[in-house]
Amino acid sequence: MRRATNAILAVVLAGVTAAGLAASAGVEKHDPLRGPVRIDEATRPLPLATTENKDVKRTRSYPMQPPTIPHSIDNYQIDRFANRCVMCHSRAKAAESQATPISVTHYTDRDGNFLADIAPRRYFCDTCHVVQTEARLELTVPNTFEDAETVVRRTQGQGKPPLKKK
Amino acid sequence: MIDLIKRYWRTLTRPSAYYSLGFLTIGGFNGGVIFWVGFNTAMEATNTEQFCTGCHEMRDNVYQELQPTIHFTNRSGVRAKCSDCHVPHAWTHKMARKMQASKEVWGKIFGTIDTRDKFLDKRLELAQREWARFKANDSLECRNCHQFQSMDFTRQGKRAADAHSTALDRGEKTCIDCHKGIAHRLPDMSAMEKGHER
Repeated sequence: MRRATNAILAVVLAGVTAAGLAASAGVEKHDPLRGPVRIDEATRPLPLATTENKDVKRTRSYPMQPPTIPHSIDNYQIDRFANRCVMCHSRAKAAESQATPISVTHYTDRDGNFLADIAPRRYFCDTCHVVQTEARLELTVPNTFEDAETVVRRTQGQGKPPLKKK
Repeated sequence: MIDLIKRYWRTLTRPSAYYSLGFLTIGGFNGGVIFWVGFNTAMEATNTEQFCTGCHEMRDNVYQELQPTIHFTNRSGVRAKCSDCHVPHAWTHKMARKMQASKEVWGKIFGTIDTRDKFLDKRLELAQREWARFKANDSLECRNCHQFQSMDFTRQGKRAADAHSTALDRGEKTCIDCHKGIAHRLPDMSAMEKGHER
């Protein structure tokens, strides 16, 4: 009886050890969001990058892209009481502030009616418009995006006709 | 009543019969010093952050809003406390402001802004009063630290340099014209003139 118990115990222990090994193998995998750090280790957070504050307009990657903000917006208040962005970028203030006036699309409601003031659905600027940081290039997430012009030029260079609608 | 005043006047104008001239002059001088120091100490006590945030009206509203701003938390550790911006530094103007501020004691006693909603409703009026004060004294409390003569435009952002070297330099505008709501949240600006300014 005792021998049988010992045998069962040995099997169970072996199973537990195997499971433990498998789990520790899983630990070796890296979470891409945390960088090359084991999951059971604490990460060393990257230093916060400062916001680019040069007031120079950046290229848009595609025509419909909301332009990025070329200045810092620390503590800008955008709530039901006040909108710090609109204080310079509104139609009425653009001449004085020389800020880019808000596009006419922001004055239309969803039925296409032009309103006198910013449409409520476009009120919260930083939903679409964001600042850019001076994060070092090697820390940014890589991507293979190319804008339409680059794609067209490349395909033409290879002697292929640009994409046509069928 | 008139008799009483006359009697005191006679006492004041008569030479002292009991106290020596030395006691009266030196004692009077020392008494004056002690009174003056005590008075100024008491007034300085009302200028501390601890005093200002002693009431929940200030502690739970404006003081909370101040804390994430650059005037409270910044890289170099310089901090502007309440009185740096809201009380003039020169003595006579400080006295005048402190007398005006006695109205705030009235407000405290009668609970003018003793809830968040009451505060938000009253906020525009309070802010406009403070903006008017800054406008009238050419943003003196800003300039106590931020001196125009010491500004290096080349170290400023383009937008800042453009604004400071033109309108501010010519005296057409003063700090508060553009820098509203930098240390506290703004009130409901839709109640002000359209274009969201002033």
